[in-house]
Amino acid sequence: MSQSAETRNLRRRPPWPLAVLGALGAAVFLLPLAGLAKRTPWRDLPELISSDVVLAALRISLLTSLGATTISLLLGVPLAWLLARVDFPGRTLLRAVVTLPMVLPPVVGGAALLFAFGRRGLVGEPLNDATGFLLPFSIWGVILANTFVAMPFLIITVEGALRGIDRSYEHAAATLGASRLTVFRRVTLPMIGPSLRAGAVLAWARALGEFGATVTFAGNLSGRTQTLPLSVFVALESDRDTAVAISVVLVAVSLIVLVIMRDRWWTRT
Amino acid sequence: MNVPSGLIANIIVRRGDAFTLDIDLTIEAGTTTALLGPNGSGKSTAVDALSGILPVDAGRIEMAGRLLDDPVADVYVPPESRRIGVVFQRYLLFDHLDVTDNIAFGPAATGASRRSARAMAGHWIEVLGLSDLAHRAPHRLSGGEAQRVALARALATKPDALLLDEPLAALDVVTRSELRRTLADHLVDFRGPRLLITHDPTDAFLLADQIHIIESGRITQSGTPDDIRRRPATPYVAALAGLNFLTGTNTGGTVALDLYPHTLRSADTHTNGPVIVTIHPNAIALHTDEPHGSPRNTWQTSIAVIEPLGDITRITLDAPAPLSVDITPGAVTAMALEPGSPIWASIKATEIQLDSA
Repeated sequence: MSQSAETRNLRRRPPWPLAVLGALGAAVFLLPLAGLAKRTPWRDLPELISSDVVLAALRISLLTSLGATTISLLLGVPLAWLLARVDFPGRTLLRAVVTLPMVLPPVVGGAALLFAFGRRGLVGEPLNDATGFLLPFSIWGVILANTFVAMPFLIITVEGALRGIDRSYEHAAATLGASRLTVFRRVTLPMIGPSLRAGAVLAWARALGEFGATVTFAGNLSGRTQTLPLSVFVALESDRDTAVAISVVLVAVSLIVLVIMRDRWWTRT
Repeated sequence: MNVPSGLIANIIVRRGDAFTLDIDLTIEAGTTTALLGPNGSGKSTAVDALSGILPVDAGRIEMAGRLLDDPVADVYVPPESRRIGVVFQRYLLFDHLDVTDNIAFGPAATGASRRSARAMAGHWIEVLGLSDLAHRAPHRLSGGEAQRVALARALATKPDALLLDEPLAALDVVTRSELRRTLADHLVDFRGPRLLITHDPTDAFLLADQIHIIESGRITQSGTPDDIRRRPATPYVAALAGLNFLTGTNTGGTVALDLYPHTLRSADTHTNGPVIVTIHPNAIALHTDEPHGSPRNTWQTSIAVIEPLGDITRITLDAPAPLSVDITPGAVTAMALEPGSPIWASIKATEIQLDSA
């Protein structure tokens, strides 16, 4: 019955220029979804998305995007900590390099990965000589490509959080005898928890939608390296209905995750 | 000369060209020293240097014969290895841990098993009377409760020395006097050197054995509380020393003074029994005619002493109670005050601070 002052204030009518422009901004996102929904063969949808090719692509997509998220957490959080907390030469440059994949065309990223990890690559050649292991055109290659484009989102989010938290709590923990690693585990990580989860979700979402670096570095081998976005691209050429169906699956999965995450984590401050 | 179990520090920290902290401290084990000074005098920098958060630029810190910081000898012991417990003004409790786990944090971080760390926490929870709050989240504690938890958390690490950085500054008046009593009780039990950082002379006068006055990064006067009060060396100390300290007995807000035939009304109805009464010299107003306003304490007296102290003039009132009052030299002229002038004095009940004696 009685609403908070803030709620009632939010219900006031907005000024019309902001409302109109804001609504146009929303249309940029809503119209493509509407187009997709209109084109979707809803009746045949279950059959279309349960074909072997689609299920294999779904499996590879989930496996590789979750794998990339895990690696991003494992390596990205320590890297974010180094960038935020340690003053070393070249830090500014490293920070720029780390965020480069966010602005680089993914195809360029994929090509760079080939030159580093390909059969004749900087690291790939000695690795192949020593172990016979080849990253490109394997599921590991997909995970590496996903990690390359997704980890920057996690690093940026976590580094920002590390810079934003009140260092006094870390100092207090140190006066209690906690080593820097203990402080990190028991004070810093819990304090940046919400940002950590938000960063992980962003990275996961980016990995799930990854296309360019993957196709360049890992190819488009059905059942081995073909992810959902790649299968959409292939299906667009031959089988429009399947392409639309996969797109709907991608939209649905992403939307569900984003809505849930937003409610549970991002609104917590 | 060397005090093996004490804290000996010469702290020099430069903050650009504008500010240099340069102080010497020697605190013997089992005694409390107060570093008393205004905001911006360098007190927090001193805490940071002693606790190891900030290495000194020059000087030397030594605790119980162990060198902690000395740029010349290239020694810098980081905070986690100093064994100096700190109680912070803002408590800095970890909000993702409950009261017990906050107190167990230190023992657990220094290698105790989870069970024995919690057992140690249980001991301090009992000592500080926190049993009802053992599983509460820090953000649901009152200021006084949070500061007791912070004290327990610092003591649970069994530190060699204890730093109290403005431990009472964030609390309201009533809680402050309650917690001051808690501190007084537990400081006595702590065997190592104790350093109290404060801007509140009441804290320093009531809790410390030795007081160092710090102004603009330097110690301007050192001595026992009595020395400082009797012989103020700088205008800042003089202003502090003008604080009126009286003893009396409080009964629900009515305070009968011990040494003078006078009764004061205080807003503090909680601190009953024998009390120390603190009245700031700025809190007393003087009037040539009988005032009719909100202050609950008004009485007629006369001027005993007029003492010019630069920007302020200190008036000492005559019977019934020789209170110090600070007013501007302009007011002295405007009211044509001189020794013997009859005068009305008034104090708001909220300005009369009580602490259990």
